[in-house]
Amino acid sequence: MKKVLVLGATSAIAQATVRLLSARGVALYLVGRHAERLEAVARDARTRGASRVETEVLDLDDLSQHEALVARAEAALAGLDGALLAHGILGDQAQAQGSYAETEKVLRTNFLSAVSLLTPLANRFESQRTGTLVVISSVAGDRGRQSNYVYGASKGALTVFLQGLRNRLAPAGVAVVTVKPGFVDTPMTAAVKKNPLFASPEAVARGLLRAVDAGRDEVYLPDFWRPIMFLIRGIPERVFKRLKL
Amino acid sequence: MKRERTSWGRHPRVTAEREHPVSWASEALPEPPPGGSLLPHGLGRSYGDACRNEGGALLTTERLDHFLGFDPATGVLRCESGVTLDAILRLVVPQGWFLPVTPGTKFVTVGGAIANDVHGKNHVREGTFGRHLRRFELLRSDGSRRECSPTQNADWFGATIGGLGLTGLVTWAELQLRRVSTPYILQETVPFENLEGFLALLEASERDFEFNVAWVDSLARGRHLGRGLFYRGDHAPPQLDAVPRTRAPAPRLQIPFDFPQFALNRVSVAAFNALQYRLRPQGLVHYEPFFYPLDAVHGWNRIYGRQGFLQFQCGVPMTLAGTDALREVLDRSAHSGMPSFLTVLKVYGALPSPGWMSFPQRGFSLALDFAHRGERTLRLVDELDALTRRAGGRVYPAKDSRMSPESFRAYYPEHERFRGYVDPAFSSSFWRRVNGAR
Repeated sequence: MKKVLVLGATSAIAQATVRLLSARGVALYLVGRHAERLEAVARDARTRGASRVETEVLDLDDLSQHEALVARAEAALAGLDGALLAHGILGDQAQAQGSYAETEKVLRTNFLSAVSLLTPLANRFESQRTGTLVVISSVAGDRGRQSNYVYGASKGALTVFLQGLRNRLAPAGVAVVTVKPGFVDTPMTAAVKKNPLFASPEAVARGLLRAVDAGRDEVYLPDFWRPIMFLIRGIPERVFKRLKL
Repeated sequence: MKRERTSWGRHPRVTAEREHPVSWASEALPEPPPGGSLLPHGLGRSYGDACRNEGGALLTTERLDHFLGFDPATGVLRCESGVTLDAILRLVVPQGWFLPVTPGTKFVTVGGAIANDVHGKNHVREGTFGRHLRRFELLRSDGSRRECSPTQNADWFGATIGGLGLTGLVTWAELQLRRVSTPYILQETVPFENLEGFLALLEASERDFEFNVAWVDSLARGRHLGRGLFYRGDHAPPQLDAVPRTRAPAPRLQIPFDFPQFALNRVSVAAFNALQYRLRPQGLVHYEPFFYPLDAVHGWNRIYGRQGFLQFQCGVPMTLAGTDALREVLDRSAHSGMPSFLTVLKVYGALPSPGWMSFPQRGFSLALDFAHRGERTLRLVDELDALTRRAGGRVYPAKDSRMSPESFRAYYPEHERFRGYVDPAFSSSFWRRVNGAR
């Protein structure tokens, strides 16, 4: 990845990844909602060695802008060979159970907006026959649990979409990397009580880039989540439905 | 993993404390908790209670860590206050720059370095960290933002440097780095037999070397009182770049648990001191072991056990009374039966800091650390404090957890003027203690 579009650039995982990419001298097009925060991330990236940093303030929930956004990024960097989709919301499970509007908000940000961005990106990368799409999904998408199945569903749908996209783009040599972090200590989880399963955004970013460099398709971060999720997926539904997870 | 937040000395233990992560310099400050106050908190490397705020909230700055600009032509760096010295070195050393002044650990933030106006082994030549600050932004609880420099809002500049985080939150700072040719230090280690031997070495060392520091064998008594090793060095000149040298220590040791109380005693300290006395690094060494020998052992404070430890760092004038006080402090601790693990002797030069409350003054600095063994440790340190006061010296707030309000007022004559600049919503356990409001 030499020219990378970063969506949700002010998120903790995106910031940590941007720092690592900057040290490699990549060119970046950073997209986020808050101008001042985006500016701090951009200055940081420039100082750390990014060869070029452009920014755009945009609310990615506005899907109508996505086609044009991808075109602007490509024009600004004179090409594009990588994209990191790192925007997302945790939502409020209790609220979502009481109101479809909250559920839709989570699905819109985490799933629909990702699909809407991936469509023009995939088509461009497919026709240029090169590129890497890195998308942050979640272990929560591996199995629905009562405590956060709305968020889980948005990420599960995303994971399945990415499987199909990978299948379609493989002949064109375009990589699709599904990143499934577990708990990460970020502002998104500020209200969640921390336990030893929490990882730092820096550790997740390092694992993410390792996976990209190694040409992996799907990566659990930290990797202890792979066996954990293997076990959780293996629990029969008639048992699972009685568990308090 | 969520770690328990403690100060580096892990004493006193503070339980009732909230945390407000500050992620963005553009954000407003949160409201202090009811009846409580705010205090900026970086990596918690202050040893005592200057970085604690019992009953209040800590503005944690781990995520306030963006670089805002670096000019490799001039060495001017601008960054947010949660950026660590470690992060700065990793960015600038490959580009031929270095920190003008660094304390003995790189795991401190820029904000913390300002708040404590830290100093290093080159105080004689470069003074404190505050001297190398070009400007910073101070955010107050009333929402106001001030850009402070030696010429702009100079009073706020002076109050905030060494101001223990009490004047508001420093959001970003701009510092002047210094050029280096290599990441290496040309080092010399010279043994001395006693305090007189140290004093005899001093003049030539100060003249010929930028970095000067001595390690003292805390168990030596009588005519060997003050025996130790003098470490001196300079940034290596460019032509030495090709010489083979020791590399930066790659794997970090981790102290995985709190050592039991009996682990630190006369015998183990004597063994450590004997080993230390035999290790005499010479020649070209990487800057990491030279400046940050203890950083290689992550969590070294845990060797002091659950009870933590008290560090006592005093500065005394370069007078007869000052050297007498040094001798007396060393003698008392050698006879206390509570050996100091690491005893460090340094010299401060005459360069003034812009900070009103800055600790270093022309004279000697002696730092000792004592495993916390309750009342008798406190009594010993109180005695050392009294000796310091009598000699006209002062004690370093960054290392303190027990000085009395009377001592504080005697040590810091500018405290009255400083008080007017303390943010009404800010406070710390240290500040309440030295103001008699425990």
